[in-house]
Amino acid sequence: MPTPILMPALSPTMTEGTLAKWLVKEGDTVKSGDVLAEIETDKATMELEAVDEGVIGQIVVPAGTENVAVNAVIAQMQGEGEAEVARPTIKAAKEELPQESEAPEPVAARAPVAAVARPASRPAPPDPDLPAGTPMKMTTVREALRDAMAEEMRRDANVFVMGEEVAEYQGAYKVTQNLLQEFGAKRVIDTPITEHGFAGIAVGAAYRGLKPIVEFMTFNFAMQAIDHIINSAAKTLYMSGGTLPVPIVFRGPNGAAARVAAQHSQNYAAWYAQIPGLKVVAPYTAADAKGLLKAAIRDPNPVVFLENEILYGQSFEVPDVEDYVLPIGKARIARAGKDVTIVAFSISVRDSLAAADLLAGEGIEAEVIDLRSLRPLDRAAIVKSVQKTNRIVAVEEGWPTCGICSEIAAIIMEDAFDALDAPLMRVTGEDVPMPYAANLEALALPTPAKIAAAARAVCYRS
Amino acid sequence: MATKSADPKKKTASADQLLQFYRDMLLIRRFEEKAGQMYGMGLIGGFCHLYIGQEAVVVGIQAALSDKDAVITTYRDHGHMLACGMDAKGVMAELTGRVGGYSRGKGGSMHMFAREKNFYGGHGIVGANGPLGTGVAFANKYLENGELCVAYFGDGAANQGQIYEAFNMAALWKLPIIYVIENNQYAMGTSVTRSSAQTKLYKRGDAFGIPGAQADGMDVLAMLEAAEKAVAHVRAGKGPYILEAMTYRYRGHSMSDPAKYRSRDEVSRIRKERDPIDHLRDRLLADKLADEEKLKEIDRDVKAIVTEATEFAQSSPEPDPSELYTDILIDAA
Repeated sequence: MPTPILMPALSPTMTEGTLAKWLVKEGDTVKSGDVLAEIETDKATMELEAVDEGVIGQIVVPAGTENVAVNAVIAQMQGEGEAEVARPTIKAAKEELPQESEAPEPVAARAPVAAVARPASRPAPPDPDLPAGTPMKMTTVREALRDAMAEEMRRDANVFVMGEEVAEYQGAYKVTQNLLQEFGAKRVIDTPITEHGFAGIAVGAAYRGLKPIVEFMTFNFAMQAIDHIINSAAKTLYMSGGTLPVPIVFRGPNGAAARVAAQHSQNYAAWYAQIPGLKVVAPYTAADAKGLLKAAIRDPNPVVFLENEILYGQSFEVPDVEDYVLPIGKARIARAGKDVTIVAFSISVRDSLAAADLLAGEGIEAEVIDLRSLRPLDRAAIVKSVQKTNRIVAVEEGWPTCGICSEIAAIIMEDAFDALDAPLMRVTGEDVPMPYAANLEALALPTPAKIAAAARAVCYRS
Repeated sequence: MATKSADPKKKTASADQLLQFYRDMLLIRRFEEKAGQMYGMGLIGGFCHLYIGQEAVVVGIQAALSDKDAVITTYRDHGHMLACGMDAKGVMAELTGRVGGYSRGKGGSMHMFAREKNFYGGHGIVGANGPLGTGVAFANKYLENGELCVAYFGDGAANQGQIYEAFNMAALWKLPIIYVIENNQYAMGTSVTRSSAQTKLYKRGDAFGIPGAQADGMDVLAMLEAAEKAVAHVRAGKGPYILEAMTYRYRGHSMSDPAKYRSRDEVSRIRKERDPIDHLRDRLLADKLADEEKLKEIDRDVKAIVTEATEFAQSSPEPDPSELYTDILIDAA
């Protein structure tokens, strides 16, 4: 029996990759540990090693093939004397994804082997402030963030980026790719693994007039630096009677990635959104990531910029214009509707748009509001939508207690109580430390099905 | 690597400079005594950490710096602000929480800043100003302006982990910073011997290759001499330097400190034998660099400054209620 060699998952969030190069050819005898091929992910190039002894029977996926799905058969290993088996056709990952009209409900949505829900079939309306016919370019969130930093570093010599692996490694998640090459080691600075210390150094540099961008490998590690973010950065303008500004950006992935368990999966949106003196941004699309990161870097205040690891590789249309900057503090209608408002941010916008697709099939037209900024929060946009739909579901990946959804519930009580035809419902991460097991992890997170169920409930359609 | 400084008695200074030191130290002493009194009268609230006894440290070190060099310190900061040339009226009015204070009454004793004097606070979290000062030095190097930063902190902060994170990066990147450890023997109520495995705090940079020296923090000339060496090292581009000032605070950690952790005798003995101001006064008289009349004149001047500050700090109004919601964010352009 031939043994299949499968496309490996080389990171917690990898769903597909490029088979860059074969280092063996058909008929070669290999033993365990031999390098068979080089696999390129969106983060890095990795070597694939043989785990068994045998003879390479067939190379199914030729070198240079892109978008090879994780777990796809890329070659067959044979025992001696075995006949060559039929060559299966190559299927790229994108073709294997569920059709959008199927409105996928992912099982273990974040696991690398599972299908990832794609953006909803109806793309978000373009930025209403953009003139019609603005050229667009498909860009990943990762590239959009990098482009934003590069553009701002070209514009202002006092902007620099520091963090773990941002320079020579090209970014732990490749977000700072090529910045070292363009701007040099003076402005793209690898730090030791000392979040508390380098966050403090960056804040001190901001006191002295520089404009640091601090990359945290994830916001989970920023918990070690949170004293400087809050006590040294957020409060200083006030404590100085307005005399000492702190222009700084703290950015990095926030919230759950995939299968990295409790210490690497926390969502800090509500923590930072509570702090006066900070601005807090959490974009979903690549266009928002670019426009808002540029705004954050220019902002004279400390800005916490919450990214999402799973979204880094997703592509969106980004206006192909010079200097695309968006205002912080403005929500966006990601999908217009009249029956129920779904308010979300970051990756929950993806799930909410998928839920809206499900609901559309049942005759419920959901309006999805992408908050984009969490502080300041666009109260007016939320209230305006609820005054139209009279029903609201609030969604966040983080924990329910004292969360962003709790804040939205309070806003609705204060400003839109009379508009409501049903009580607000929340869909949040479950009130547990993030479990590792794939099934439990999937249960712990918001899903399109949970959001759709809540929307039906507030529409009295369940 | 770490060495004790040479015999400080050799250090000399001009009569003018010595008189200036006397005046600067006396201003801090009288200011702090008045602040303690006003605290007792309920005019100053919250925490109030007095610098009495430690005056020679900041006065000696500041004399070795240029006006453009930056300073950052802890919550025991009134002396540093006065030594940086900040106005006594603005400092005292901040202590009373009035709009005429450096932070318009919003910061208080521990949180004052003066960018025009290159003074970056005034920080209330023990150890935080270590990395923050290192960041100011990072900016100075980035901007290639030739300026250095002095980060003052105490023997208590010397045990904070973030100090060593800062030491590591400062040494790695050769940042222009002097860490001054003001060893006043007690971190709040815990003596150095009870809190520190290595009590020679100037050696705390050994692991990072940062040179350190210890000097008598009760002797302004010893501090000046030690600071000049530190400044020369840093200005030569050799990276950070640690200066441990052996000093003593006469008052409690804060105003509410009952000081049960040390004896009254210990305090009065040091006060009698090692007081930095008395020490300098005796020297000025013995060396005939000033007469009693000249010193009385300085006393009167200093008293007038403190009196004026005290009056201002009581006559300046409290901030307008509308100030509650100002200075939280700067309007983005």
